[in-house]
Amino acid sequence: MREQMVDIRQLWTTFPSPEGERVIHENLDLTIETGEILSLVGGSGTGKTVLLRQILGLEQAARGEIRVLGRPVAALAQKGAAAHIGMLFQQGALFSAFTVLENIAFPLRELKVFPSSFIQEAAMIKLRMVGLDADAADKMPSQLSGGMVKRVALARALIMDPPLLLLDEPTAGLDPESADGLCQLLRGMHRDMGLTVVMVTHDLDTIFELSTRIAVLADRKVIVNGSAQEVLAFEHPFIHEFFLGERGRRAVVALRHRPPDLLTSSTDPKGTSWKTKPTP
Amino acid sequence: MLNAVAHCRWQGLSSSDGSACTAGIGVFEPMPATKPPLFKSIQDNTVAPAMPPRIERCETPAGVTQQLRGKWTAAGLAVPSVWAALVHHLHELNSGSEASQGRWDLRQMDGLDHVGAQVLWTHWGRQWPADVQADDSQRRILDTVARFAVSQNARLGPTWHARFENFGAVLLRGADHALGLTRLMGQLLLDLLRLMRRPQDGPWRDVSGHLFRIGATALPITALVGFLIGVVLAYLISRQLLQFGADAFVVNILGVSLIRELGPLLAAILIAGRSGSSITAQIGVMRVTEELDAMRVLGIASGFRLVLPRALALALVMPLISIWTTAWSLLGGMLTADLSMNVSLAFFANALPGAVEVSNLVLATAKSALFGLLIALIACHYGLRVKPNTESLGQGTTASVVTSITVVILVDALFAVLFRNVGI
Repeated sequence: MREQMVDIRQLWTTFPSPEGERVIHENLDLTIETGEILSLVGGSGTGKTVLLRQILGLEQAARGEIRVLGRPVAALAQKGAAAHIGMLFQQGALFSAFTVLENIAFPLRELKVFPSSFIQEAAMIKLRMVGLDADAADKMPSQLSGGMVKRVALARALIMDPPLLLLDEPTAGLDPESADGLCQLLRGMHRDMGLTVVMVTHDLDTIFELSTRIAVLADRKVIVNGSAQEVLAFEHPFIHEFFLGERGRRAVVALRHRPPDLLTSSTDPKGTSWKTKPTP
Repeated sequence: MLNAVAHCRWQGLSSSDGSACTAGIGVFEPMPATKPPLFKSIQDNTVAPAMPPRIERCETPAGVTQQLRGKWTAAGLAVPSVWAALVHHLHELNSGSEASQGRWDLRQMDGLDHVGAQVLWTHWGRQWPADVQADDSQRRILDTVARFAVSQNARLGPTWHARFENFGAVLLRGADHALGLTRLMGQLLLDLLRLMRRPQDGPWRDVSGHLFRIGATALPITALVGFLIGVVLAYLISRQLLQFGADAFVVNILGVSLIRELGPLLAAILIAGRSGSSITAQIGVMRVTEELDAMRVLGIASGFRLVLPRALALALVMPLISIWTTAWSLLGGMLTADLSMNVSLAFFANALPGAVEVSNLVLATAKSALFGLLIALIACHYGLRVKPNTESLGQGTTASVVTSITVVILVDALFAVLFRNVGI
């Protein structure tokens, strides 16, 4: 049996509302194993992003337990937390007072161990790994386009090579080319680093292209958790609507035309970079 | 070369995990024998010094090999003692006479990430050594680092030319502010004419909302500040006047200074800090969230709907707040005068109209209305100039408050000079 990266047991999430407590999650169980790429799918208001924030320890569950890397989440938010979990926020959440390179280097710099030139180079490696040029290093976040913000945010999340990466709508607002590039990069990281990825997304192409497992949130719990085929075979109105609506059918057709091993293993011959650059 | 590790074992020396390697860094305990040497888990890779990165020297038939052990990850390296020891060791390897740097064995590592690979790559002088034994994923990580690592050139400081250009940019920015404010004032004038022509179309709901928020909610804080300033001022003056026995003049001094100067000024400074900043922030947030653009696209004039109601409300409410603040400061002054030098409340109230001419009151009120207008204009000006990012919003708000307070004091000084013959 593989090791568990995230273990959620009997989770209850409630929000106060005018009519009393509104229950978002009820006895939710979810286990994410090391090396998986898990997509969290669900209608709006089913608490996908809330679940992500709870895994990060940003929000407290009403009841239940979440263990990340074998430890309770509360133990994570401390110095060097960037080495446990990386998070790509939907809007990037770059520090607007820092340049791009300073943003990426920030978690390493705060450790106050490595010399400055070493940190700069480490940040530069990550910057170029996510497909940005060295010219972007001195820009301010306000000067970046949406796609670049996402890449810089990803580089910052990966600066300490955390084993667990959480993505909130990673491809939302990206042009198809950047979205494909992001998928490729994530798959490369997954292969090289044994990265575990949890993502919340509505982008069916990304779901089918990347996920090794899909967890569907509906009726306040995870109704099905398995491979794309298993999820598609599950009978539920939401799954019918989401995957077998017009857009869904198109993505599923594309899925059938792809060699099946893409869904289970993630081998990517193209390398880790978004742009294939000649080795100097 | 493939049997390097096996060969170490064959030599059968006393190292606990069976190889003939000598720990390069003395501070670490040898790994306990019970632990599998190839335990490659990334789960607890941050519980730092459990398996610190280290280099062991290993004799093999092919020559001396540097065998790397422990977690060569960012978290593993980020322990100050580990990092210092490693840097020291790598430095020694570099300066050592032993020609062993060409042989590296990475397979005994407990984890390698890009930061660890960067340490090695930098140590190797940014090129592959003669012989590296690594598994595929390690090789891929090293490849990535090799491809993307660039040594940073030292950044140059600004040149004289750049400084000259910066100075020019500062001047141009100042001119731009002046232009923007002038334009805003002109627009306000046009909007006022439009309002006078069709008053029923004016944004009256907005005006009344701002009147309440800027005026009514500011009453407690202005009263408190005014009262306390009155008390302090009266007390200080009473100490001086008692020396000369000129007790009665406290009415003149307090009356003129509070009604003519301090009341309006205090109120204006408080309102500039309280409402000026909030106006800038409100309009600035509208810029950040593209609300201003949406208004423009919908054909709604931002000057008429945003600037005009705020300017009107502030120009109206500022004199009232000023009178309110003055009244409370006078009350504080009267009470203190009564307590500290027996100038009774009745005497104070009777003597006040004689000591302060009515023209002072008119001057103070006119001045306050102007202060209000200026605060609103400056706050709106900075709000509209905010660029769509959060940093610019913070800068704009700060600049707005500083500028409006400075302008209020400057204009107050101007009034003092222009009307030096009125009412004194």
